[in-house]
Amino acid sequence: MDVMPKWAEVTLVPLISLLLAAILSALVILAIGEDPVAAVKLMVSGALGSTYGWGYTLYYATNFMFTGLAVAVAIHAGLFNIGGEGQAMLGGLGVALVCLFIPWPHWTIAVLAAVVGSALFGALWAAIPAYLQAKRGSHIVITTIMFNFIAAAVLNYTLVNVLRPAGSMDPATERFPEAVHLPSLHELLAPFGIAFSKAAPANVSLVIAVIACVLVWLLIWRTPLGLEIRSYGKSQRAARYAGIGAVRITMIAMLISGGLAGMMAINNVMGEAERLVLNAVEGAGFIGIAVALMGRSHPVGVFLAAILFGFLYQGGAELALWTSIPRELIVVIQALVILFTGALDNMVRMPLERIFLALRASRSPKSTAAE
Amino acid sequence: MTLMQKFLGASAALALTAGVATADPALIFDLGGKFDKSFNEAAFNGAKRWADTTGGTFREIELQSEAQREQALRRFAEAGANPIVMAGFAFADALGQVAADYPDTKFTIIDMVVDAPNVRSVVFNEHEGSYLVGMMAAMASESDTVGFIGGMDIPLIRKFACGYAQGVKAVNADATIVANMTGTTPAAWNDPVKGSELTKAQISQGADVVYAAAGGTGVGVLQTAADEGILSIGVDSNQNYLHSGKVLTSMMKRVDNAVYEAFSDGVDMETGFQVMGLANGGVGYALDEHNADLVPASMRNAVDEASDKIASGELAVHDYMSDDSCPVLDF
Repeated sequence: MDVMPKWAEVTLVPLISLLLAAILSALVILAIGEDPVAAVKLMVSGALGSTYGWGYTLYYATNFMFTGLAVAVAIHAGLFNIGGEGQAMLGGLGVALVCLFIPWPHWTIAVLAAVVGSALFGALWAAIPAYLQAKRGSHIVITTIMFNFIAAAVLNYTLVNVLRPAGSMDPATERFPEAVHLPSLHELLAPFGIAFSKAAPANVSLVIAVIACVLVWLLIWRTPLGLEIRSYGKSQRAARYAGIGAVRITMIAMLISGGLAGMMAINNVMGEAERLVLNAVEGAGFIGIAVALMGRSHPVGVFLAAILFGFLYQGGAELALWTSIPRELIVVIQALVILFTGALDNMVRMPLERIFLALRASRSPKSTAAE
Repeated sequence: MTLMQKFLGASAALALTAGVATADPALIFDLGGKFDKSFNEAAFNGAKRWADTTGGTFREIELQSEAQREQALRRFAEAGANPIVMAGFAFADALGQVAADYPDTKFTIIDMVVDAPNVRSVVFNEHEGSYLVGMMAAMASESDTVGFIGGMDIPLIRKFACGYAQGVKAVNADATIVANMTGTTPAAWNDPVKGSELTKAQISQGADVVYAAAGGTGVGVLQTAADEGILSIGVDSNQNYLHSGKVLTSMMKRVDNAVYEAFSDGVDMETGFQVMGLANGGVGYALDEHNADLVPASMRNAVDEASDKIASGELAVHDYMSDDSCPVLDF
């Protein structure tokens, strides 16, 4: 049935895409007179060569896991949620309200409340586009994009007019109380005798992100609801014929998606900054789309793709720190990877499919492809 | 992916160790980027001047994300960069976290006060410089209406506006001051289109001199003022050259001097609170060949006289940030 064996689909396609992106990026770096080999070495050693580098890579990766899962769940229902950015912004607002206005005795309780708060705010923000899609047929891509702008304006207003401490110039909330400080990987691993960098922002949210990956896998492939979501995503008409309610599935899938995007705020707002700043999300909502596409909407793929993008972010920061490669060019390199893995998927896939078809044709019809 | 990781691991083994220890100073620009023709660029110019005169080298980074504020500070500190200068009040929170971890590193923060033993906090008396250009605006105005366009609506920019308004009123107590802010978020620092629209709106209200204290947004203000044939006043860097003969003057905020001094003082830098005002050349107005014809001797004398009085303490300009109010201007 499938043209390509499964292993080729999940390894060869992303790897070849990455390789192409790497070659093009090397040409770009060459063109501005820098050494691409040294640049790659710097990125790798800076992002993966120390616990410090890993700490930042995993911090960024945690963000992308949440937003990547959010996009992935929606894709399974045939919905393209581009509103991760806005949902994560609102999630940040939820976390900030939970942390600022309720005196928590311990972070373990606070983090549970923050999960609920962020997921609730993110889900609410996704609920309106979902309702419009389900009941009125307003296209979800357009409405979720629009809602990103509304989210930015809402956050803007609340930070500037409501949550900003008096006399402060920064549109940001005050620091969260010490009691809601989430333990960093340094603090988590120290009792086991593992020395992890103290400076890096990776924190206990990484564990929550991994749990979320497992739960999403269970939901999509091991529950009746997951089956309904997937069948609705594959064929809306067939699903409706099978008695699956379109409105119900659209709403549920988008609420879960928005909730996951909102939960990103546990990592960046509660874990890293420990206060809500205006541009807390910083495009992670959009990176989530690339992560989900590259990870083929599977939690394991999302996990690995998120780490790759975390590597690109942290490696890019190291390039900016130690070379004269301008930051615009680092964005170009990151964009090339997104372009090849996300958008130009078919460019690699179709030639590969042709090769596998040719291989299969050359074999005797009796022997089935040995994997 | 496993293959990819093997490949990455292999290269990691070969990799250079990043950040060989140096005693070079470092400069961190804010998210606006270093070539904003205003605040960040002034900081860059100071660093460049230091590099040109001493032959030294310095590290620099333009930030891409909020998380990088603390990251850049720690990385530079760990690599031995000293002193580390950061341009902008937004670093205050990160520096407050980081400074204590690196007691041997000297930090300089511009436009904000961070109370730590190894931090020099440089703040400017922008209200004094703004007072002088306000006087010039009132003297140059024929309609007795002058404009002010701020960037982001924060106390710092209100401080500019309040000093300016006091200067205007000192020359002409009946003058009208039209004051607008571009926005309430950092995006307001880089919105030349909105700056241009605000300028047109102020012109329609009769303003014939506008003062832009708005970072990159000011480029649009100065452009529109030049196009519409009115005078404008630049800010931070000397912006007179942008539209020769059409920019009345620029309120110079010598961020470049602050950076230059910090770099020159090096590791022996005196920390604490440093106020850059008229008395020590921290602020002032720009006079060069581009605006020589716009500033007659009588105007120059009056402004220089006021400048001397402020420097000596004889004339006090109200600082908005001292009590969050302005006696001559409502926001």
